[in-house]
Order: sequence, then C-alpha cells, then structure tokens
Amino acid sequence: MNRRTLLALLTGAVVISVAQAPLPAHADALATIEKSKVIRIAVPQDFPPFGSVGADMAPKGYDVDVAKLIAAKLGAKLEIVPVTSANRIPYLQTNKVDLVISSLGKNAEREKVIDFSVAYAPFFNGVFAPADVKVSKIEDIAGKSIGVTRGSVEDLELSKVAPADTSIKRYEDNNGTISAFLSGQVELVATGNVVAAAILERNPPKRPEIKFLIKNSPCFIGMNKNEPALLAKVNEIITAAKADGALGAISEKWLGAKLPTDL
Amino acid sequence: MTYVFDYEWVFEYWPVLLKGIGITVELTLVGGVLGISLGVFCAWVRSLGPTWARPVVTAYVEMIRNTPFLIQLFFIFFGLPALGVRMTELQAANLAMVINLGAYSCEIVRAGIQATHAGQFEAGASLGMSRIQTFWYVVLVPALQRIWPALSSQVVIVMLGSAAVSQIAAEDLTFAANFIQSRTFRAFEAYFVSTLIYLALAITLRQLLRGLGWTLFPKRTVR
Repeated sequence: MNRRTLLALLTGAVVISVAQAPLPAHADALATIEKSKVIRIAVPQDFPPFGSVGADMAPKGYDVDVAKLIAAKLGAKLEIVPVTSANRIPYLQTNKVDLVISSLGKNAEREKVIDFSVAYAPFFNGVFAPADVKVSKIEDIAGKSIGVTRGSVEDLELSKVAPADTSIKRYEDNNGTISAFLSGQVELVATGNVVAAAILERNPPKRPEIKFLIKNSPCFIGMNKNEPALLAKVNEIITAAKADGALGAISEKWLGAKLPTDL
Repeated sequence: MTYVFDYEWVFEYWPVLLKGIGITVELTLVGGVLGISLGVFCAWVRSLGPTWARPVVTAYVEMIRNTPFLIQLFFIFFGLPALGVRMTELQAANLAMVINLGAYSCEIVRAGIQATHAGQFEAGASLGMSRIQTFWYVVLVPALQRIWPALSSQVVIVMLGSAAVSQIAAEDLTFAANFIQSRTFRAFEAYFVSTLIYLALAITLRQLLRGLGWTLFPKRTVR
C-alpha cells in the first residue's frame, strides 16, 4: 500500500490505543450540583403517564414532577434531558445526566453498573393484547409475536421466562413498541400497566387489555456508583416526600390512585 | 469514576453478532441486485422509454430521493398495515432498501445513458442491430461501465444506511450492537466492535464491486 494509506492507518491505530486509557475520576456529584446550582435529570418523553410532551412541547408526567420536586429541594435549576429506555443508562454512565428518573426498574445486572434510590412509584409489568387473543399465562404466548422495548425490565424478564418459540421483537424505544402493537405487527405487547391504561384511554385501533402480570417492579431513581452523598440526599428527599404527602399528590394526579403503603 | 475497557463480555454474544452480520449482508445482496435492476429499468423509462410512463417514474424517484430512508422504512412497516398491507420486518427492510437503491441508481444510470453519443444509436442501426440489441450492447453496457464507480459508492452507502432497519427490530448488525449494549452496559466496546465490523464489510464490498467491474467490463479504458 502507498505511504498515505500507511500514515492514515498508523494515525488511526495511535488514536484508538490512546482512547483505551482509563478516564480520570471526577468530583463528587452532589458537591458539583450544589456549587453550580444546576441538576440534569433524564426523563422519558414517550411513556405517558410517566413522561410525555403536551401540545406546547413542554415535558409533563409523574417522572417530570418528581424531577421538579428534587431540584426544588436541592435548590438547583432543573435541566430536563429526554431519554429513551435504551439510552438512559448510557447517558448516566457517560455523565450526561446526574439522575435518571425514567420508570427505571431495579435488577441484578443494572445494580452492577449503577446505584438505585428508594422506590418512588409503583409499577407493574404485564403482557397486554386485544380481547380476541386468548392468553392467560406465560406458556400461552408460545408461537406468538410480542413487542417489548429493548433493555427494559419487561425485555429482561420476558427473555428469561418466555417459551422458546415465542417471537420477541425488541424495539428501540416505547414509540416503536407501541406503534408495532397498534399497527398489528406484533400480536402482544409487554409494557407497564399504567402505560397500557393510558393507551386504552385514547380509544386505539387495537386495545391492550391485561392478560397477565410479569413482575411487580417499582420505579427507582438511578445514579452513578460511588456517589454516597448524592444517594443519601435523594433518598432523604423521597422519604420526606412520602411522609408529607407530596409524592402521594403526584401519584393521585398521574396514576389516579394513592401510593401503595408498602412502597 | 474510572472506566475500564472490557471486551470479553462482547464476545460472549458472538451468535447475536454473527446473525447481525448475516442479516446485513443479506439485505445488501438482495437490495443491491434488485435495486440496481429496478434502477436500470427506471433509467430506461426516463431516457428512452414510453413518454406516458415517465411522470410516474419521475414521481417515484423524486419522492424517494427527497425523503429520509428511516421515514420510508417506518411508512412501509408501521404505516402500510393501516391499508391492510402487513409484512414482517425483514420483508419491509428488504423492500425499503430495494426501493431506496432503485431511485438513486436510476439517476446514476440515467446519467450514464444520456452521456451516450447520438452517433452510437445510428451506428447500431447501421449494423442491423435490433432496438433491444442496440440498447443492451451499445447503450447500457458502456453506460454502466462509465458510471460503475458512482454506482458502487451508492451500493456501499445503502449498505451502511441499512443500520436504520434496527429501528423496526430487524436483527441486523446495529441491532446486535444495541442488544449487547443493553445486556452488558458496555456501550464503548459494543459500538466499537460493530464499527470495526461495518468498516470491514464496507471495504470488502468496495473491493468486490471493483473486481466485479473489471470482470464485467474488461475493455474499460478509464480505470
């Protein structure tokens, strides 16, 4: 090969090997937030009632209200960063956001890479389908197609317990999953119970009626590991909000029900 | 917080990667062959074909060239079922790629056809060649020879654009990378490996197309 190609390849190799060096550590997140008075929180935009946009393009939802509560208690300006189920943990890992409040469920694999606060919202994952699809337990979905959002708790749980000949279709975000179900590309959909309720309210062409529940997986706030000060502060704010009724009010507003006592 | 790179997790999922590579290669092959055939047909219609058909083909070409591939894909997969046309994600992906490459290659091949000197048609007729023979030997093959580098570039562009089919859950290489990232939380390793694989596939495809050009058009005067 000629000299220019060789030079290009060498430069590429050097850049790649330099990029492999471990990144330097950064300052304590809570201290940074308190000093800069800005907190960046990731919320969903495609998952009503937890996060969606109104006609005025302003984010609204359960998670958005909790984000505003935390920012107010920390005395910091809230910067909302919209994310999808697939990229919310990478956004946290690459320090694009300080907290993830995005109907995030807790499981062992996620525990290895991020930390979770105490629970702030109830959430049940289930399988939904129109009335004429006869499914009542996990074995019944054999041979059928089911849509899930990649990387969500439904995806992980379903991949563990679904029969081998189920066709699991993983979409990049909730929009894709819901579009696939509504257009009939998949027969069933696995999502949250309140999300299915929100869809039913809008009189859709295919009605996602509950067939069975997969897991009771409440929502937790996600943050990077090794941030004990931030974790303690967020837990303190959530526990106080449960005690003084602020969280209960958010639950009544968005889920139409009181907070469960065992949350 | 330090980030330590760890590639072992990525290789645990090599069946997913392999399937992704297979799907991407299949999409490129089918899309390439059928897309170029469609492109040649449309180019013929627009330059030498029946006048009544030209507005139809022009509308198709302009609509595809002036809209994003992702929107075309979503329309075929999520939109058509409302009209009763439902297909699997692989069928939708293949169809979208053929339609997309068809439109772009129509314009590329048409440029090659229109660069044919008017005297060539007369020369063919004077040798007693039928219209079909004239089109094939005198117009089309030299035209393809002329535009071969541009056409192979377009095929590689469409191959790289096939990454969009991961959005409709077609399990191509991009889907494999996303899947590995969602299970291992190792975004850098997963995407770095898939980038290298795409690079290797694109370079291989370019070389294959160059070789194909030399085999099909041995009398090329311009290399």
